[in-house]
Amino acid sequence: MSMISNPVGLETPGSVEARKRKFRAMMSTAGMLPVLLLLIVGFHLLSDGRFFTGQNISIVLQQASVNTVLAAGMTFVILTGGIDLSVGSILAAAAMAGLIISNVPELSNLWIFASLGAGLLFGMLNGFLISALKLPPFIVTLGSLTAVRGIARLLGNDTTIFNPEIPYAFIGNSSLPIIPGVFSLPWLAIIALLIIVLSWFILKRTVLGTHIYSVGGNEAAARLSGIKVPRIYLIVYGISGLFAGLGAVMLSTRLYAANGLQLGQAYELDAIAAVILGGTSFVGGIGSIWGTLIGALIIAVLSNGLVLIGVSDIWQYVIKGLVIIGAVALDRLRQRSSARS
Amino acid sequence: MTQPVLEMRNVSKTFGSVKALTNVQLTLYPGEVHALMGENGAGKSTLMKALSGAYRPDPGAEILIDGLPVDIVDPISSRQAGVSIIYQELALSPNLTVAQNIYLGREISRTGLLDKAAMVRSVEPVLQRLGASFTGETTVGTLTIANQQLVEIARAIHADSRILIMDEPTTALSSRETDGLFSMIRQLRSEGLAIVYISHRMNEVYELADRVSVLRDGTYVGTLERDQLSPDAIVRMMVGRELSSLYTKTNTGDKSDAPVVLDVNNISDGKHVKGCSLTLRAGEVVGLAGLVGAGRSELAQTIYGARSRTAGSMTLGGKPFAPTSPQQAIDRQLAYLTEDRRGDGLFLDMSCQDNINTGVLRPDARWGGVLNLAKARVRAIDAIQSLSVRVPSETFPVGGLSGGNQQKVLLSRWLQIKPKVLILDEPTRGVDIGAKSEIYKIIDSLAQSGVAILVISSELSEVIGIADRILVMREGLISGEVGGNTGIAPTQENIMAFATGVDLPAAA
Repeated sequence: MSMISNPVGLETPGSVEARKRKFRAMMSTAGMLPVLLLLIVGFHLLSDGRFFTGQNISIVLQQASVNTVLAAGMTFVILTGGIDLSVGSILAAAAMAGLIISNVPELSNLWIFASLGAGLLFGMLNGFLISALKLPPFIVTLGSLTAVRGIARLLGNDTTIFNPEIPYAFIGNSSLPIIPGVFSLPWLAIIALLIIVLSWFILKRTVLGTHIYSVGGNEAAARLSGIKVPRIYLIVYGISGLFAGLGAVMLSTRLYAANGLQLGQAYELDAIAAVILGGTSFVGGIGSIWGTLIGALIIAVLSNGLVLIGVSDIWQYVIKGLVIIGAVALDRLRQRSSARS
Repeated sequence: MTQPVLEMRNVSKTFGSVKALTNVQLTLYPGEVHALMGENGAGKSTLMKALSGAYRPDPGAEILIDGLPVDIVDPISSRQAGVSIIYQELALSPNLTVAQNIYLGREISRTGLLDKAAMVRSVEPVLQRLGASFTGETTVGTLTIANQQLVEIARAIHADSRILIMDEPTTALSSRETDGLFSMIRQLRSEGLAIVYISHRMNEVYELADRVSVLRDGTYVGTLERDQLSPDAIVRMMVGRELSSLYTKTNTGDKSDAPVVLDVNNISDGKHVKGCSLTLRAGEVVGLAGLVGAGRSELAQTIYGARSRTAGSMTLGGKPFAPTSPQQAIDRQLAYLTEDRRGDGLFLDMSCQDNINTGVLRPDARWGGVLNLAKARVRAIDAIQSLSVRVPSETFPVGGLSGGNQQKVLLSRWLQIKPKVLILDEPTRGVDIGAKSEIYKIIDSLAQSGVAILVISSELSEVIGIADRILVMREGLISGEVGGNTGIAPTQENIMAFATGVDLPAAA
């Protein structure tokens, strides 16, 4: 049944109905922003004003940065209706590869490319298995979650690799002063923001982005309209792997070390949680990168705020999990009520 | 006159600020097939959902069954009142058995354990009465669509329903299966069931209905008795004006001298298409008829490169044409409009603009892949206006439009690539009569501008009305051709003869 009241053609821009629709569209894009703001205000009050300070915000942004980058890659994948469980393991393997190269004197300046390249390689391998062999993404990436973790351990003979002189260490440890003495933006956060902007540009302003939404929205229709669907899968898993490689670069410069067993453990779960909090549909085709950014910030704000107000480590887990479920439930309710009116 | 089994009076339904129904009435007698007609969006489904308990009508509505007022608040109270509805999309669980489906939601259990044997025993008489070729233990997913419909009917009868609503039940059926369904409906009518039959197909309504009620824009227009039925009268009530002619065909002249655009030579897909040849000339509209399963869509998809071609060759514009993917066909300006626009045509969550521009994103893009949004918007607005798509804005998601408007959006996607060959698979399926006539006009003007068009359709009157000549397929082969200069008249009988292969018509 059509619900369109005017009989022919387009409505005049600026009419009441057009404005109403625009407002609703804006509300659904904003999504979880109210939850984020509520958390910030709540923690600020509960912590006697220690949360919303220049220094602490800078810490929160830094803590959110690696997960934001992983979640951005995950957004590409989930928009096609897939999932990438292997980002944490890929991050570990890419960090190992990078640190090994950084310890080779002649090549040490190129270590970043080793990390990025390793991430891209593993990601494309996932994409190849999914598109060429038509295996379910959950199964392929569940397999590589384990296998790539093993490779990460193999790369360092199951030890931690250190490099206190790692080139580009400023990435992980210094900040760009914005208001001197009050607020400075960590380079990690700047990278994360740039990745979000880049992802937005790819998703919303390029042919590739439209094709990603198309494949997620209706794979059969995408195929029949001439979109090379296997290529899209290869690209999104490649992007997810590449971003995991970038996450490896960010962590390596922060830690001056990498351990194949511990690094990036369970990172895929936080990345998926951020994407879900951001309102991206698990079925594919619906979602936005801004939502993912808000989702990643919610997770970081929760972790930081709970420590700040002195909640024990154990309860932090419980509360974080419940907030994720509760926030998404709230969002569903809100969408259902707006769809009905 | 007998007591009506159902009376609906003063039924209104408001969604937000939109009035979907305004004071609609409907009276149903036992033992009648009552057709409910109206364009898409006229309120047929909303009215039936008010009866089946899916929606609650606005206060003031009266629903009487056997003269007694009933309060239908949800699907359960509707079923208890004796109403069953069979939706277009069947509501069966494919992995369960027939008996389990019939008992869905009211399973027989002994202390919590399912009593499968008892369920199977009790559905068996109903299945026998309907002449079903399957048993209560058959898994529903293994049945044909027609047999799955039979399961739905069995469910209704088993629940002692006295009012059966069928929403476009023949959409997915072949004509033989349709005949079977019709004799089933007549049998149920003779047993005293009241049947509400919703369909867009005039000939079905003509064949079955005892009375026809027409809705338009959410209001009740009137009811026609059997002896008042005529296509003209119904269409007039549905659209509220005279429709001079449903079909548009400007140039009926001989086109056998026009240049050949597409030449298909003995192609196969190794499965459903077994060596088909055809020729399309510029400005020609060629119909492709045949029963469901004859391989028409498969032939089209093989030409389009969406299915792999195992044998044969093609030329397009005089040059060899061997697409291995749809993209290659699109690059050569050959487009295929799918028969299932929601399933594999449109991106329902995406805007009209994105859907219209799907095929031209890459050629329009700048700097190796950056969208040209300004151009995309101009294309979308031009397309919406030139095909008069009813949509509030080019950014409106296409899933919210009516069938006819969705089809126009999908059609305009392919017009963007300036096609030389256009293959339209069931272009008016599930589209209301007003939009149908507009689509025929579009096809006609495209042909006049020199596009070669192949129209696949199961509605024989449609292909006869708009095509220059008609190819007929049977079991993967082109079994005949009518119209044009074949010397065989393009009649429904001749097409059906080629389609079924029973008795071939004598060449006139």
